[in-house]
Amino acid sequence: MTLDLELERGWIDRDLGEEFPELALRVVTVEAAPGRSPRAVKHRLRILSDRYTGGKAVNLRQEPIPWAYRVFFRQIGIDPDDRRTPAEEAALQRMKLGGFRSANVLDDALTIATVETGVAVMALDADRVEGPIGLRLSRAGERLGGGADGRTMSAQQIVIADAARALAVLFGDVADETGVNPPTKRMLLVAVQVKGVPEVSVEEALWTVAEVLASTTPPHPRA
Amino acid sequence: MPEVLDRNLAVSPSPLTPIPAIEVDERAGRRSLLGQIARLESELASLFCSTYPRQGFDWNVPSRGGPRLLSLGELERVRDDLASRLAENRHVLGDRTYVEERNRCRIEEMMLEPEKHKWVRVSNEDIGERGCKHWHVRPRFGVLGMLMSWWRVRISSGCPLAGGRGASP
Repeated sequence: MTLDLELERGWIDRDLGEEFPELALRVVTVEAAPGRSPRAVKHRLRILSDRYTGGKAVNLRQEPIPWAYRVFFRQIGIDPDDRRTPAEEAALQRMKLGGFRSANVLDDALTIATVETGVAVMALDADRVEGPIGLRLSRAGERLGGGADGRTMSAQQIVIADAARALAVLFGDVADETGVNPPTKRMLLVAVQVKGVPEVSVEEALWTVAEVLASTTPPHPRA
Repeated sequence: MPEVLDRNLAVSPSPLTPIPAIEVDERAGRRSLLGQIARLESELASLFCSTYPRQGFDWNVPSRGGPRLLSLGELERVRDDLASRLAENRHVLGDRTYVEERNRCRIEEMMLEPEKHKWVRVSNEDIGERGCKHWHVRPRFGVLGMLMSWWRVRISSGCPLAGGRGASP
């Protein structure tokens, strides 16, 4: 199957851009719905599990991309040994459970992309996002998701936001209403690029997720 | 003295001219601190890999309630915490490797003269390696060996086999 993806660049708030000039958000929209993983994806996870050894997990923090995320976590006030970077979290689950467990096609796709490239990727419901998304600091009293039932965030947190509201805390919670849910038809895949992460790895991560999701979506969806 | 006091009173009260706010450009300092944090994190990661499989190291560097932009002071504290954690763990690793080296020498001595190291047991953990292997000085033929001073080093064959692969993920 040939994928035709158009990668876009998210906007970055001025303060954040000055502090982290190489911070970037790469975004792509794909037509895909959540669901169970097909056998091929489960098989791919098993192969990935077999390739992933304890030695690799221990040395992960010395590899350039996972290390770049660790450094960024430190620089924005997160202890990466407390809240792990996506690649390290996947490695930890692999070691704890003895393999990468299949959950659903989206989570599996994100796991495959994160393990293969080390890049942090997340997904949002594209139809619930208004306008282009980017990174900014939260305002005082702002609620995650913008609704009255969203939790109040502390001021000056780094959030992924659209034109109207904060959609997710960076490397943290995603607002319930903007996350991927069973009715989702289109997904917005978001990769966070930090200093030290090459462009090609970010693109590869997004392509990997899109490719896995495409493997479950029929080429001509029913109207 | 009265003149001095009077002089103050004599001065016509002029409106205080506000001191112009001094804008300190923190960018260079911040950039330098971010670079230092990156370098320290790299050294800490390298040390972490060097210490494996040893246990008992504290790698925790407290978080600052992120993700957010840290102030200059907070960046300094992260840098200082990383530096002190790195120094502490290097010190602990130095002590450990010294003891491990002594234990390696002891194994050699045990192999050469087991009768001088009766019942001494050194494990892989004592020499900073993974696995369950251990060297144990024991008498040959039990009580008879003890009486006759027939001592030898027994090397264990390693960890017991795992129970099985379990359910596939």
